[in-house]
Amino acid sequence: MAKISNKNIEEILIEGIDQAETDLPKDVIKALEKAATKEKGLAKIQLETILKNIKIASKEGIPMCQDTGIMTFYIEAGTEFKYLSALKKIIYNAVKKATKEIPLRPNTVNPFTKENPGNNTGSHIPYINWNIVKGSECTIYILPKGGGSENMSALWMLNPNEGFVKAKKLIVEHIINAGGKPCPPTIVGIGIGGGADICMSLAKKALLRKIGERNKEKKVAKMEKELIELINKTGVGPMGMGGGTTVLDVHIEYAHRHPASFPVGLVLQCWADRKKTIKFTKNGTIKVI
Amino acid sequence: MKILHLQTPLSTKDIKKLSVGDTVYLTGKLFTARDETHKKMIELKKKGKKVPFNPKELALFHCGPVVKKEKNKWVIVSAGPTTSIRMEDFEEEFLLAFGIKMIIGKGGMGEKTLKSLKKTGAVYTHFTGGAGALAAKSVKEVENVYFLEELGIPEAAWILKVEHFGPLIVTMDAKGNSFYEKKKKT
Repeated sequence: MAKISNKNIEEILIEGIDQAETDLPKDVIKALEKAATKEKGLAKIQLETILKNIKIASKEGIPMCQDTGIMTFYIEAGTEFKYLSALKKIIYNAVKKATKEIPLRPNTVNPFTKENPGNNTGSHIPYINWNIVKGSECTIYILPKGGGSENMSALWMLNPNEGFVKAKKLIVEHIINAGGKPCPPTIVGIGIGGGADICMSLAKKALLRKIGERNKEKKVAKMEKELIELINKTGVGPMGMGGGTTVLDVHIEYAHRHPASFPVGLVLQCWADRKKTIKFTKNGTIKVI
Repeated sequence: MKILHLQTPLSTKDIKKLSVGDTVYLTGKLFTARDETHKKMIELKKKGKKVPFNPKELALFHCGPVVKKEKNKWVIVSAGPTTSIRMEDFEEEFLLAFGIKMIIGKGGMGEKTLKSLKKTGAVYTHFTGGAGALAAKSVKEVENVYFLEELGIPEAAWILKVEHFGPLIVTMDAKGNSFYEKKKKT
């Protein structure tokens, strides 16, 4: 193993972005394969096309979807991780180089001038979520997220008296109305509590979980299972073409809420649930998961 | 639920054969157009200026591809469809202005487009969202690109030669039927 340096952290990040864009995680592929065996007709054609597409992308090392997304990173870094202060700059450089080398679609547009720098960076983008912890290790989660599914995000500030009953109804209705637009079967991230920004942020972070990984708290896990069942009964189906697989999973995270508020945030991830994890351990090794 | 292999330029006879639920594999030429190229081409038409290619003979593909340049030639890396409903506001005007016979996109379009498909004798087909690598495999050549400097890579009009491009599911036909309207009711 080469010694960790700014240079090879950058190279590993480029490799991580490349793998995220071209190779779906195994749990997602398995879930899609399972769905394909269950569906019929137009829904089955959609899933078979998706599986064919995944194979081509992986074999040829090309992005599975032309919308290579906005680059989002979740970082859990120890205060003693040697490269902490350099990390932001390394990530920006890695995104610029990855855009050219893989290549990625230049997806950052200035909302006011429409100018596109052409390298997937810009104001606040790539977006980095920092979580500073004790120790000298560091984990970087890469989440490139497409616009089609992101456009179907939602936020509801509910009356606490209506709470969960209203939340479930709104979530299911929202997914019916979204139809094929977020590229189902999707993965649903839900954040409850905190505040408007907090629940949205939790909803997106929930997408980092694996398919089938339930929330550790029983009550929350129960609601996840209930929502999976309810949503898959809606008949939206793969790409909105009908069928019983509208979502591959629902992940819920929560924060304590203000007594007067019941915020619910929803973020959808398309079937192309691209993500990669890079771990820098304390003994200096690097793992790409 | 027929499976058809069609070739551009598409004829009125080809379009008449197509019904909601049919699958098409297309060979010939497409041009990509998202929001900005739609607006640009309508603006040119309104000003009485010529569009630099003949859209009538091509299929319209709602797509913003990933591209790269190899030995001075453009290559399509990944090219799945984008969400079509974004184009709903200007699609009627676009279909009437340019005589497009086939739209390829994802997620379907609204009532206004459905009516104009019937009026102009065109169909809307759905290609699996996100299947960019598979689509790119069917692209044999980038024949040209227009508005690139002005609009950038995703929004430019890419003229693509394709072979057996699909599966494209007819979800809105020229007879006024829409898979989406039917699904809404159920």
